[in-house]
Amino acid sequence: MSNQQTVKFYQTGTFTVGNRLLAPEDRSVQANMQRTNSLNSGHRACQGCGEALGARYAIDAAMNATNRQLIAANATGCLEVFSTPYPETSWQIPWIHSLFGNAAAVATGLAAAMKVKGKNNVRVVAQGGDGGTTDIGFGCLSGMFERNDDVLYICYDNEAYMNTGVQRSSATPGAARTATTMPVGAEPGNVFGQGKFVPAIAMAHEIPYVATATVADLRDLEAKVTKAMTIHGARYIHILVPCPLGWGSASHDTIRLARLAKETGLFPVFEAEYGELKSTLAIRRQVPVEDYLKPQKRFAHLFGKTPAVDTIARIQAQADRNIRRYKLLEGV
Amino acid sequence: MLKQCEGSHAVAEAVALCRPEVICAYPISPQTHIVEGIGEMVKSGELKNCEFINVESEFAAMSVAIGASAGGARAYTATASQGLLFMAEAVYNASGLGLPIVMTVANRAIGAPINIWNDHSDSLSQRDCGWIQLFAETNQEALDLHIQAFKLAEELSLPIMVCMDGFILTHAYERVDMPTQAQVDAFLPPYEPRQVLDPADPVSIGAMVGPEAFMEVRYLAHAKQMQALERIPQLAEEFKAVFGRDSGGLTHTYCADGVDGNDGAETIVIAMGSVLGTIKDTVDEMRKPENGGHKIGVLGITSFRPFPLEAVRVALANCKRFVVLEKSLAVGIGGIVATNVRMAVTGMGLKGYTVVAGLGGRAITMKSLTGLFDKAGRDELEPLTFLDLDWNVVNNQLEREKLVRRSGPAAEAMLRDIGAVAARNY
Ligand SMILES: Cc1ncc(C[n+]2csc(CCOP(=O)(O)OP(=O)(O)O)c2C)c(N)n1
Ligand code: SF4
Ligand SMILES: [Mg+2]
Repeated sequence: MSNQQTVKFYQTGTFTVGNRLLAPEDRSVQANMQRTNSLNSGHRACQGCGEALGARYAIDAAMNATNRQLIAANATGCLEVFSTPYPETSWQIPWIHSLFGNAAAVATGLAAAMKVKGKNNVRVVAQGGDGGTTDIGFGCLSGMFERNDDVLYICYDNEAYMNTGVQRSSATPGAARTATTMPVGAEPGNVFGQGKFVPAIAMAHEIPYVATATVADLRDLEAKVTKAMTIHGARYIHILVPCPLGWGSASHDTIRLARLAKETGLFPVFEAEYGELKSTLAIRRQVPVEDYLKPQKRFAHLFGKTPAVDTIARIQAQADRNIRRYKLLEGV
Repeated sequence: MLKQCEGSHAVAEAVALCRPEVICAYPISPQTHIVEGIGEMVKSGELKNCEFINVESEFAAMSVAIGASAGGARAYTATASQGLLFMAEAVYNASGLGLPIVMTVANRAIGAPINIWNDHSDSLSQRDCGWIQLFAETNQEALDLHIQAFKLAEELSLPIMVCMDGFILTHAYERVDMPTQAQVDAFLPPYEPRQVLDPADPVSIGAMVGPEAFMEVRYLAHAKQMQALERIPQLAEEFKAVFGRDSGGLTHTYCADGVDGNDGAETIVIAMGSVLGTIKDTVDEMRKPENGGHKIGVLGITSFRPFPLEAVRVALANCKRFVVLEKSLAVGIGGIVATNVRMAVTGMGLKGYTVVAGLGGRAITMKSLTGLFDKAGRDELEPLTFLDLDWNVVNNQLEREKLVRRSGPAAEAMLRDIGAVAARNY
């Protein structure tokens, strides 16, 4: 890794990497010319992939926080497939992919190995998509939480099974079109179930640290990963990562949509410790959910000739409920 | 040191002597006593430098073992039956990744109908998963095979299942010779992984492999098993040099190798696991002149994967017929072990018989075996026989299904027919 060239700035001057006016020690990890670039360029993610961005942000921050003593276990999914087409790999860190539903358990094994080998400085992250986390990997995830294993689990939530062609997962929002929830019939798009917000379920395990973040707020994301790495035991970070392909959005809208998800209240950004809410990222400028929904083709059927006002109101109600529950206007 | 103890306990102690570093435990009968035993040793501090992890499923057990092994630790777990099936995806993954995990399979039937008793359906269902499968005949051999398994697995970077008959071995109290730590240390070097996740030298493990190299990667798995075929007999020799007893190897012959003055076996019975004991007792009786002096011998298969085609051929070279007695059923064709044996003897012109026996713990008695082998010796056996099958019960049910559409759940109806009280489930 030592002979690796220093990174170029891909997004000079944007909201996400704008650090020029800060003292060097206050700059984001991504702004550092010496950042690891853990997920290096050359991978095969779609243009504007939020997951690729989120993974690089998160893992670079974790590398920075652990003095580069990090191992990652990865669930099957887009991130795994686009990063490691044999014989190439984009990973600049020790990395293992085992299965779709076992990343948390593989990470538990890795953490146990590090402990028994006396490598206490080497830390372990597990990562997976929403499907690999909230559905098929949920048993292993819950087990890892309950045992309080020394693992940071990061979920990159793009709200569907993208790698297999955009099917619904338990993280897919109501009304969203996916390949298995087509916008046809009496209730077009995904049905409104009871919801399965895994950060809240993680909190119910009372693990030391739970946080949510989006790729729109680099500093917040980095700070949370950095904080997570100062803590031992089970930790969970759930990052909203827009997917241009699955959401039917423009590649250049990834950051904007992530920000709108937060600014509408649809995706609450917060931190919790031992099951208790500790801080929220307050909404800066509240916007109605339409602003978030409209740029995404997966919600296009809501805005046809006769807009689905009831459905939109239902989505707005979800946002309002989040705003109340997580005190998103005033902040915690 | 000689001691009288439960098979599970013997295995637990042997595994502990192998200095495992990560152990995953999930309960399923009849495997439970093994991990319970090791867990207690870890908790009491008797077994040091070992992480004992109570996981939430067998799928997690194997996955934790995968992570531990990829992290450079010596990893062990144990399971049986439904547990092995529940972890199946990770079982294939462990071998595909080349991680030398050792796992005890306390062989047990697979449901439905749920049944906790012994047969070989569980590990044999995973016969093509890429793991080495070694079958123990006695508790002593079960203990010894674990010590050999860690060494072989780590040499080849392949995972190994040590299969021992549930209850019949796991819960039997027998005398075993427990090795000393010094002996095991002399035989088994510390784990030196071929691949390891280490920040000092980062590698990616588990990349996606397309058609351009998948065949080659899979062939490598086969090549490694072929290497195991050579190493297993050598390891048994090395083991004998340190521990002073015969254990392991590819096969065991009895009254069939020409060396114990009992050559001339015309019928050779082939089997795996503890039933070999009953078979040998039966053969001893049948060979007696007063019992007809049957020319019959035994071939025990210790290594089911890799399958010792050559050793089987050699053992059957001078016989007229073979009987494969197996505790497994390949539904729709007959035997699993038999299919493998038939592959070995292709072209040898032998008569072969498949006998499915002991499914779900059905007792295999000397009386039944005597009748069976006698019939085989006269070539009056059907090519596929189900030992001690109650045809009345089967025919009743088949008849019932012919007569009534809503015949109801079959197992329950058949239990009612024989007037049995439902077996206990664990
Ligand atoms: C046991 C198993 N079931 C199904 C699959 C197929 N599969 C591979 S990736 C994937 C979708 C992944 O979705 P998610 O976890 O949300 O990650 P994303 O691709 O969206 O980033 C599926 C269904 C699999 N590999 N293994
Ligand atoms: S489908 Fe979505 S998640 Fe997958 S690579 Fe493309 S943008 Fe990223
Ligand atoms: Mg997804």
